[in-house]
Amino acid sequence: MVTTHATPEDSPDRSAVRTLLRLWPYVRPVRARMVCAAAVAVVASCLALVIPLVLKWMVDGPVADRDPAGVWLGALYLLLLGIVEALLFGLRRWLVARPLAGVEASMRAALYARLQRLPVAFHDRWASGQLLSRATTDLMLLRMFLAFPLTFLLVNSVTILVGVIIMLIQDWTLGLVILVPAVPVIVTCVIFERRYASVARRAQDQVGDLTTVVEESVLGIRVIKGFGRHRSQARAFRELSRTLRGTELRKARLLAAIWGVIVTLPELAIGAALVLGTVRVADGELSAGTLVAFLSTALALRWPVDSIGFLLAMSQEAATATERYFEVMDAAPESDGHQPARADGEERADGGDGGHLGLRFHDVAFRYPDAPGDSAPLLERVDLHIRPGESMALVGATGSGKTTLTALVPRLHEVTSGRITLDGRDIAAMPREELRTLVAVAFEEPTLFSAGVADNVLMGAAEGAGEADLERALGVAQAAFVHDLPEGAATQVGEQGLSLSGGQRQRLALARAVVGRPRFLVLDDPLSALDVHTEAAVEAALRDVLAETTALIVAHRPSTVLLADRVALLSGGRITAVGTHRELLRTSTEYAHLMAGTEEAHR
Amino acid sequence: MTATTATAPDREQPAEEPRGPQDPFDHDVLPTPPGATGALLRSLLAPMKARVALTVLLLLLQQAAVQSGPLLVAYAIDAAVPAFRRDDMGPLLAVAIGYLVCALASGALQYAFILASARVNQDVLLDLRGRIFRHAQALSVDFHERYTSGRLISRSTTDVESLRELLDEGLQELVTVVLSFVYIAALLLWLDLGLGAVAVASFVPLYLLVRLYRRRAGRVYTLRSTAIAAVIVKFVETMNGIRPVRAFRREAANDAGFRVLNSRHERTNGDALLEMARYVVGSRLVANTAVAAIVLWGAYRVAGGTLALGVLAAAVLYLRRLYDPIDRLGMFLNSYQSAAASLEKIAGLLAQTPSVPEPARPRRLPEREGEHPGREVVFDGVRFAYRTGGEVLPRFDLTLPAGQTVAVVGSTGAGKSTLAKLLARFYDPTDGRVLLDGADLRELAVPELRRGVVMVTQEAFLFSGTVADNIALGRPDATRTEVESAAKAIGAHDFISALPDGYDTDVRKRGGRISAGQRQLVAFARALLADPAVLILDEATSSLDIPGERAVQRAMSTVLHGRTAVVIAHRLSTVEIADRVLVMEHGRIVEDGPPAELVAGTGRFADLHRAWRDSLA
Repeated sequence: MVTTHATPEDSPDRSAVRTLLRLWPYVRPVRARMVCAAAVAVVASCLALVIPLVLKWMVDGPVADRDPAGVWLGALYLLLLGIVEALLFGLRRWLVARPLAGVEASMRAALYARLQRLPVAFHDRWASGQLLSRATTDLMLLRMFLAFPLTFLLVNSVTILVGVIIMLIQDWTLGLVILVPAVPVIVTCVIFERRYASVARRAQDQVGDLTTVVEESVLGIRVIKGFGRHRSQARAFRELSRTLRGTELRKARLLAAIWGVIVTLPELAIGAALVLGTVRVADGELSAGTLVAFLSTALALRWPVDSIGFLLAMSQEAATATERYFEVMDAAPESDGHQPARADGEERADGGDGGHLGLRFHDVAFRYPDAPGDSAPLLERVDLHIRPGESMALVGATGSGKTTLTALVPRLHEVTSGRITLDGRDIAAMPREELRTLVAVAFEEPTLFSAGVADNVLMGAAEGAGEADLERALGVAQAAFVHDLPEGAATQVGEQGLSLSGGQRQRLALARAVVGRPRFLVLDDPLSALDVHTEAAVEAALRDVLAETTALIVAHRPSTVLLADRVALLSGGRITAVGTHRELLRTSTEYAHLMAGTEEAHR
Repeated sequence: MTATTATAPDREQPAEEPRGPQDPFDHDVLPTPPGATGALLRSLLAPMKARVALTVLLLLLQQAAVQSGPLLVAYAIDAAVPAFRRDDMGPLLAVAIGYLVCALASGALQYAFILASARVNQDVLLDLRGRIFRHAQALSVDFHERYTSGRLISRSTTDVESLRELLDEGLQELVTVVLSFVYIAALLLWLDLGLGAVAVASFVPLYLLVRLYRRRAGRVYTLRSTAIAAVIVKFVETMNGIRPVRAFRREAANDAGFRVLNSRHERTNGDALLEMARYVVGSRLVANTAVAAIVLWGAYRVAGGTLALGVLAAAVLYLRRLYDPIDRLGMFLNSYQSAAASLEKIAGLLAQTPSVPEPARPRRLPEREGEHPGREVVFDGVRFAYRTGGEVLPRFDLTLPAGQTVAVVGSTGAGKSTLAKLLARFYDPTDGRVLLDGADLRELAVPELRRGVVMVTQEAFLFSGTVADNIALGRPDATRTEVESAAKAIGAHDFISALPDGYDTDVRKRGGRISAGQRQLVAFARALLADPAVLILDEATSSLDIPGERAVQRAMSTVLHGRTAVVIAHRLSTVEIADRVLVMEHGRIVEDGPPAELVAGTGRFADLHRAWRDSLA
């Protein structure tokens, strides 16, 4: 079960390796380059190990023999090795630079595409900040993992192995001495890896909590200011950030301990080898050159050994990032709508009496997919028929499920049972693309995107809609203010552009809904932010639009209700009454209560 | 500039300052006073000078312990071997003990250093996070309206994060690199002046290389951070607008748009990685050439008998270490570049002064007089204009007697919300004073101010936590009974009880879906609980149905009876309970009187009222 910030599945056999293997499909396209780069890195690292051997050859050969030509030759070898090593290191990076940037980008594009197609219910549960951190920091972590730890865990292991073999060949007693700390170092690493993983995940989640407090304190700033609560908000923030500090310090203690072990033990072994080697050189059992070469090999292995700690730490974090990434990628996208049409739906389409035409709810029930299983459905046995060209107002008490009901028509949520048909066709059997071309929606919360006004409005129309359609839609929505904007209909709006007031946004959202002359129109409380004069003007213009479309309109006010031909009353999750405004005022006490303003106004 | 929004004013945010292309807010570059970034860093580190010094000392000692290894090797080869041959165990024993001590010391010092630096880093971050948070909270509402929430969030998350990376990895790298350069250069010079000089000479091309890299990478990094910012904005916008995205079939178009931005980032990202690759090749070439040169010369001299073998061995061992960290210097530069950019943005944010500052010497509200719990409000010669000059409210005087319910009506952009925000002290007037029972709002401390005035706005934001927590925000020390009775008074009790865990339902968890109208009811219960002397409702009932609105009105005439209330609404039904109506137009109060009187007249309110009556017909 995924909750807002997914908690780690603390199963003991959670294996970082298995998690990281899931990255394979994304790495596959660049596998050749990755393998080449790793091979190049191995060669380069081993070259570095050859350098001490050249030194040995020089010390024991030309230097001891006082042979200047040999010295030159040795230095030349060193220079060549050095140049090759430098070029190989560069080659490795060059090989993976573009491919890894590509892997990061393709994973991000896949995440974005998937998120766009996940059910709306998924987005209701996940804060956008949590999704964003997966698309940015987690993916950067993964790119870094592919660039360094993945390659270098391999490269360093090979280097250490080769280095140890070289040392053993040169002198196996000294080599064995150097090997002594291997076992305790490995044991420490294993213990460390396990502990670090859990602390690292805890820290990542606490950062998420902290982000939530920041996000809310910014979004809710008017409430906080309005009630003078910024001190208690700051207190909550301080507590959380102190907790995070504690976790980070725990992480640091683990890191410090492993560093301590990884630094001390090999150094002790080198010291022991030095003492032993000195004795043996003095006894003449070992050449000075061999000792120098041996020690410089041992020292050359220091970085590969030292780095294991942080490479493991980075791999752990990458595993966590992979987990977090796949928490989203594993969520099932909206089903694609090509379910076999139920026979009766198609049959009725041929009926010919007109009863099947229009927008029809057949015994619809709905419960949010994440609602507790034993809770009552939000909507139940909803039967409603909106005839072609008719507009129906939907009225109900606050929280009765009106918005949810309208969301079922464009399939933002899927019905739990029952069917909705458009002109006799079951919407569950229609491709979403087609369904959403037929149905246009204006939402209660009008969202504009970072684009021009015209782009924002015309996204409701088919390709090729032009100036004339735009003007008509702006006219309906009484959005003439657009022409007074700095660049008219081309003015950028949204987060990145000019910020418009709620009323202006609402009118543009309305224009967007009507611009495509949709066959079916769903309006969710479309006039709530308008003042009385504007509202009256919009209503007058909307009447013409509504005359030629089939519409469902959520309404709170008598004025909005009067836009519609008939009214449906939603109560207790069902449609309890359908009729004209006047009929319902007479026959339904609940309706009369909801429209109480009318009564009193007429008194 | 001013004309842009002034010609197209609208209701909700009339006090939004006009924004044009030159507005720094548009481009996310707030003016950072020169030197502010450095000053910020210094002020963060100043309180922990001693601990920073300790950390550096630990690193100094640690490097000394680490770097003494090759010296001991030289000593072992040049002194201990001959001594041992003379049966003198002293030097060998010294080497053994020396190495033992160095090994233990370098491990222990490494441990101590990591802990000490983690403490310093975490305390710096704690301090910085707190500062950003407190500062953002202290900044006034008009700042928040201009500086988008996304930017503020990224200031306190990704920007702090990049400083963390610099502190955690970068700074340690830098100090280690510099220290080992200094140590090793000094040791090499001491071992042999000539060899040392060659090593030091190699620093010159290295330095030039680093400088070149810094310049080129800096350019690429700026491009890259702009590219990722564009990706983030597109991402956030899509996720926040997922419903219209779906309903208007934007998925494919969005995928295409995102691909463009994403591949721009991919390209700059690849450029940055290639720049690093070039740097690595260059620095390695310099380093390896220097090693070959030193070995050549050293070996020549050993062969000639003018240099001891052990010294050459030590020099070679040191050289390997000398050039090892230059890759890491590149990494430090990376994290430095991004941290510097972030820190500058943070400094720019912190340099913003709250336009609504807290009083230096707060005064208390006078004791309430009479039986009214409400207080008198006086706008004394108040004028309000944007900082850029556009006037919203021309100079006016207005007195609202204690206990009066005043409705403010008027068309879009008339200045109703600005009036309310001045009274709530979301803004301060440009001229004049707003007085609460004779006390200037600017002289009241926040808790005192909020006992006096509370404002409920249209956007009823709920914080994570339970429904009860959200209501109790109005008065944190309220008991559960008080919370429930506030909810009952407003008619929210029934729907709250029907939630899965009643008042303990977490509003962000499953089953916690709360509709727009229900959120407004919760916001109202919050205000009831706060029990202020003056209550401002700014379009606070726009999403309520009529029974909900009636419940609010009932609560105002019972629970809140006697409070001074200012109600802004375009539903004239709300106005019916008012004792007095103010009609505003173009920032001026054009009509003022009891509703019945205005309706009977021929003014604008009578017009509005007629239009509203017609809409109900």
